[in-house]
Amino acid sequence: MTPAVRDTAPARANVGAAKLPRLLPASRQPMELEDHLKAHGKTPYRGGPRMLIHTIESADLTGRGGAAFPTHRKLTAVADQKGVPVVVGNGAEGEPASDKDKVLLWSSPHLVLDGLQLAAESVGGSQVHLYVHRHPELLRRLRSALADRATAGLDRIAVDLVTAPPRFLAGEESALASRVEGGAALPRFTPPRIYERGVHGAPTLVQNVETLAHLALISRYGPAWFRAIGTEAEPGSMLATVRLANGTGGVTETAMGTPIAELLKLTQHPAKAVLVGGYHGAWLSPEQAGQITLSNADLRPLGAAVGAGVLAALPTDRCGIVESARVVRYLALESAGQCGPCLNGLPRIAATLTQLADHRSAPSARTDLQRWSTLVDRRGACHHPDGTVRFLRSALTVFADEVALHEAGRCSAGTTEPFLPIPAAAPAYEEDWS
Amino acid sequence: MSERLRVNPILCSGHGLCAELVPEQISVDEWGYPILSDEPVLPRLQKLARRAVTDCPALALTLVRDP
Repeated sequence: MTPAVRDTAPARANVGAAKLPRLLPASRQPMELEDHLKAHGKTPYRGGPRMLIHTIESADLTGRGGAAFPTHRKLTAVADQKGVPVVVGNGAEGEPASDKDKVLLWSSPHLVLDGLQLAAESVGGSQVHLYVHRHPELLRRLRSALADRATAGLDRIAVDLVTAPPRFLAGEESALASRVEGGAALPRFTPPRIYERGVHGAPTLVQNVETLAHLALISRYGPAWFRAIGTEAEPGSMLATVRLANGTGGVTETAMGTPIAELLKLTQHPAKAVLVGGYHGAWLSPEQAGQITLSNADLRPLGAAVGAGVLAALPTDRCGIVESARVVRYLALESAGQCGPCLNGLPRIAATLTQLADHRSAPSARTDLQRWSTLVDRRGACHHPDGTVRFLRSALTVFADEVALHEAGRCSAGTTEPFLPIPAAAPAYEEDWS
Repeated sequence: MSERLRVNPILCSGHGLCAELVPEQISVDEWGYPILSDEPVLPRLQKLARRAVTDCPALALTLVRDP
């Protein structure tokens, strides 16, 4: 089929509807502005607020930061508010197992920056920020991309780069709003929701950088082009960070609804279990993972979600309890420490799971973990306790046999060498939130 | 029109006054933090619920009207 192309953007051979990758350059060489303009043309402004929203609605684009919220609804909600909106591109992926936003910003910065301008135009925003980790090389690259765009006269609103602290929760929407205001990246109590009152009380549109890049392509090539891959209910492509059981992997762009077994090559590289959705996600048994696709339609009934596209196949020689204990300990240390149940519950959960991993747990370990899970679930200002409990509960279910082995002083694993990535220096300083 | 109790967990520091005033709606967890009932505040408890809101030393408790 022929991509629907707006007159502002020349049709190019490399944007055939079913062809992947769409977002990342096929060569994996970073797209400079010149290459970007050759491939996609100039930023296709619509000429006024709301004019793009219907197109985004027809495409059924959903947020790629994890929550899969319909993008057009967020745009409409912000445009409907009184007051001039602030727009923030969120590239602060705090998830240690995810690299896709960093790779996207590095390889295709101009798609993200086009999307940021188009989103700002469609909500009538007057202030635009891009929120990214303080990675010196990435910041240098983004500054130079912004300077190139200024020379070419592409950006209607100057983009302010805001740096995020290297914390798991730095990208949480309310923490982002606090950081963009110049404060610490700590979650806030909501309501009011960020789209109602966010940065300095202004209605604030927060969109993940991948969502913005999709938006920039949809505005050029149209909803039908976007929907040509993926499933009817969950169209389009997404970036995923995959870790195969043989230790290889990386960031890949895939159609929504691709079989998980295919993405993780489970036949060649069998897994003991599969982690979906990152450290706030859920473990699945290899039998479950082998039968489903990367889609919320398949994952939600199993208590999991696509999230930000993290997929990890635990090698068969590792222990799921040892791995989960390391992750939960990390998550406990990454609590902002603002809410009593999270501050008290997560360290107790982490300590007990570590004792279980180390074969020195009390007989009450399992019931303690269940009780504390109930006590912290949905009792924080942000979703950190809920996500941590989701991960823990899935570990106790999928690795139930391993729990029993550990209680008996044994372990099925051949090695305790860490598999899932945990930042080595986490947390460097407990107060380091800005 | 019914009202529900809501706590801002960032402001709450677990004084426990609210649970003493309205034990029918609020219990405390093993660390002293309030667990709020999801049920609307019963008419006979509204006066006590309001007192819990105004007397909370951390100003963490509110009554919200159901839409």
